[in-house]
Amino acid sequence: MRVVPFDVPGHKRGRGNPELTALLGEKCVSMDVNSMKPLDNLCHPVSVIRQAEELAAEAFGAAHAFLMVGGTTSAVQSMVLATAKRGDKIILPRNVHRSVMGAMVLCGAIPVYVNPECDDRLGIPLGMTAAAVERAIVQNPDAKAVLVNNPTYYGICSDLRTIVSLAHSHGMLCLADEAHGTHFYFGEGLPVSAMAAGADMAAVSMHKSGGSLTQSSLLLTGPAMQEGHVRQIINLTQTTSGSYLLLSSLDISRRNLALRGREAFRRVVELAEYARSEINAIGGYYAFSRELVNGASIYDFDVTKLSVNTLDVGLAGIEVYDLLRDEYDIQIEFGDLGNILAYLSIGDRPREIERLVSALSEVRRRFGKSRAGLMKQEYIDPEVAVSPQEAFYAQSESLPIEETAGRVCSEFVMCYPPGIPILAPGERITRQILDYIRYAKAKGCSMTGPEDPDILRLNVLKGGV
Amino acid sequence: MDLWFSEAHSADVKFSIRVDRQLYSGQSEFQRIDVFESPEFGRFLTLDGYMMLTEKDEFIYHEMITHVPMAVHPCVRDVLVIGAGDGGVIRELCRYDDVERIDMVEIDPQVVEVCRQYLPKTACSLDDPRVSIYYEDGLRFIRSREDCYDLIIVDSTDPFGPGEGLFTREFYGNCSKALRDDGIMVNQHESPFYDADAVACQRAHKRIVESFPISKVYQAHIPTYPSGHWLFGFASKKYHPLRDLNEKRWNDRRLHCWYYTTTLHKGAFYIPAYVEELLKHVESAD
Repeated sequence: MRVVPFDVPGHKRGRGNPELTALLGEKCVSMDVNSMKPLDNLCHPVSVIRQAEELAAEAFGAAHAFLMVGGTTSAVQSMVLATAKRGDKIILPRNVHRSVMGAMVLCGAIPVYVNPECDDRLGIPLGMTAAAVERAIVQNPDAKAVLVNNPTYYGICSDLRTIVSLAHSHGMLCLADEAHGTHFYFGEGLPVSAMAAGADMAAVSMHKSGGSLTQSSLLLTGPAMQEGHVRQIINLTQTTSGSYLLLSSLDISRRNLALRGREAFRRVVELAEYARSEINAIGGYYAFSRELVNGASIYDFDVTKLSVNTLDVGLAGIEVYDLLRDEYDIQIEFGDLGNILAYLSIGDRPREIERLVSALSEVRRRFGKSRAGLMKQEYIDPEVAVSPQEAFYAQSESLPIEETAGRVCSEFVMCYPPGIPILAPGERITRQILDYIRYAKAKGCSMTGPEDPDILRLNVLKGGV
Repeated sequence: MDLWFSEAHSADVKFSIRVDRQLYSGQSEFQRIDVFESPEFGRFLTLDGYMMLTEKDEFIYHEMITHVPMAVHPCVRDVLVIGAGDGGVIRELCRYDDVERIDMVEIDPQVVEVCRQYLPKTACSLDDPRVSIYYEDGLRFIRSREDCYDLIIVDSTDPFGPGEGLFTREFYGNCSKALRDDGIMVNQHESPFYDADAVACQRAHKRIVESFPISKVYQAHIPTYPSGHWLFGFASKKYHPLRDLNEKRWNDRRLHCWYYTTTLHKGAFYIPAYVEELLKHVESAD
């Protein structure tokens, strides 16, 4: 197609930026174009983007699928913004992604936290039990929606079908954060997907297990949602210059998954099962899986997730994470206090698995210690003193972190990854939380959120709330 | 007929051998395998288009990777050979009566099959009763072995493709664990000459230095490998390749070689200045 570009982007198929063209390649920069009549418009799709969305909806078994270019963060935010307005309640587990908290700051919704149970041995947050969700629903009959992680970062699933029917029978919507669950729609023997479970919306990270480019994502909706309304919500925050690189990567990945997903994820499961058995044979490490399933807080487990508990090797997960990268040139997804997660996907081969397993074996031989002295990651029940939005915008003051116990925090404190808030705006700071922050910092976790990048000070609400 | 096999030794250098006929071509689970017959080099084996060995010059590689450690270690009983599907290293090892056990780990059974059929000059000792062949990933095999070998010979392909796991720190660390306290590891160490090869050479050296207290490099002249100048690594927990060389002991064995002598052994560790520099650079890094 030889169209003379007198529109944006200004690099004009790369000619104006030869270094960029050399870096990314001519094909890539020539695809970086603006919305135009033959290429449709993401804000109001009527032709090729619309067709791509319809094909995606069909592939994922959804009533509609929205192509998203602002990451799964924007898909999650759109779900929340489409569901709740100021003062509305949303029932959700504490171990939600920061994007959910961000959406509540934007719209003024009030979180009703369900305590995800915590596994004492692993020190990880689990899923919400159906019974706990039911209690929250009964206690908060005015809530608008229930939000579920399907699965968590660690691969843990709640009983989504039951939670959907509980929500629906009380007139609430059910939303699923499926940032880590794209493959549920294509693999066999994996946990149920949100659309198959009857959920009303799902945010699906195509760029994670789906293989598309970073920052591309899908928002799926069920039959109860009004497509036009959801589109309006998306357009409140999404760019009007949607990247065609991201859009085309979504479309081509959808095609790949629809044609070859079943076989591809069968191989991923095989690799993950093999890696688990080899890692468990090393000793010390515990690569956990379906044996944890208990019908409640761990209703199902995503076996493609290679989550490994490292505490019996005498090392924090974050320490193993650093050693793998610094000593063995292996970059894994994350390490928290007690666990690491190696992300396996459709791009992995047996030889890389052998490297990972061998490196873990060497880490244990060279750096292993006795278990003593490691604190577990514990669930800290948050006390929501004021709504996230109110706290975020209220007058605040900055205090040395040690002096903040008992005050109400007005900003986020995140341990990233996995991006689960330790503190969210509106929550009361406790001694236990401060101890946890100090320990996680000392162990090398990347702490983000507060205005003070070193997290020596925290912003708290002025006056006593 | 004008039929040639060519291999790019760098982006701008090509090495060609006139081919008389192609004896075998096949694709295994891991790589493409070809065997050619040539007027100058006799039969030769390539994997994914890279030269592995020719009948004419394989003796240089196989003698140098085997006899150097054997002339240093006083008492080699248990040997692990990784890669080496062509059988050349096994052939040299089987000349030592006091070697009791040779475990050979080759990832690709098809390479061994093809070599048995078309390269009997190297594959001739694969059926020696002391040899056990394991068809699996070398990295996997060695993970579970501890304190059980006197010598490990890493006869790998290049550090890309199926052999890349054999150039990693986790592999060398596991080798160190699998060796006895006076064990020696010898590895195919790439060439220092062309830039891309030199980088691979440096990386391998750096990782070996991190895993063994003694780590030296020696050289040989191999006409069909890129630049012809090839290196081997000698790593050990105890023995020094020159100070612990016992010339009399080895010469009393009366093993006749075409390339290796105990005099050449000593010379092989005197490497060119630029190679010394290259290696020193990574030895001192962090």
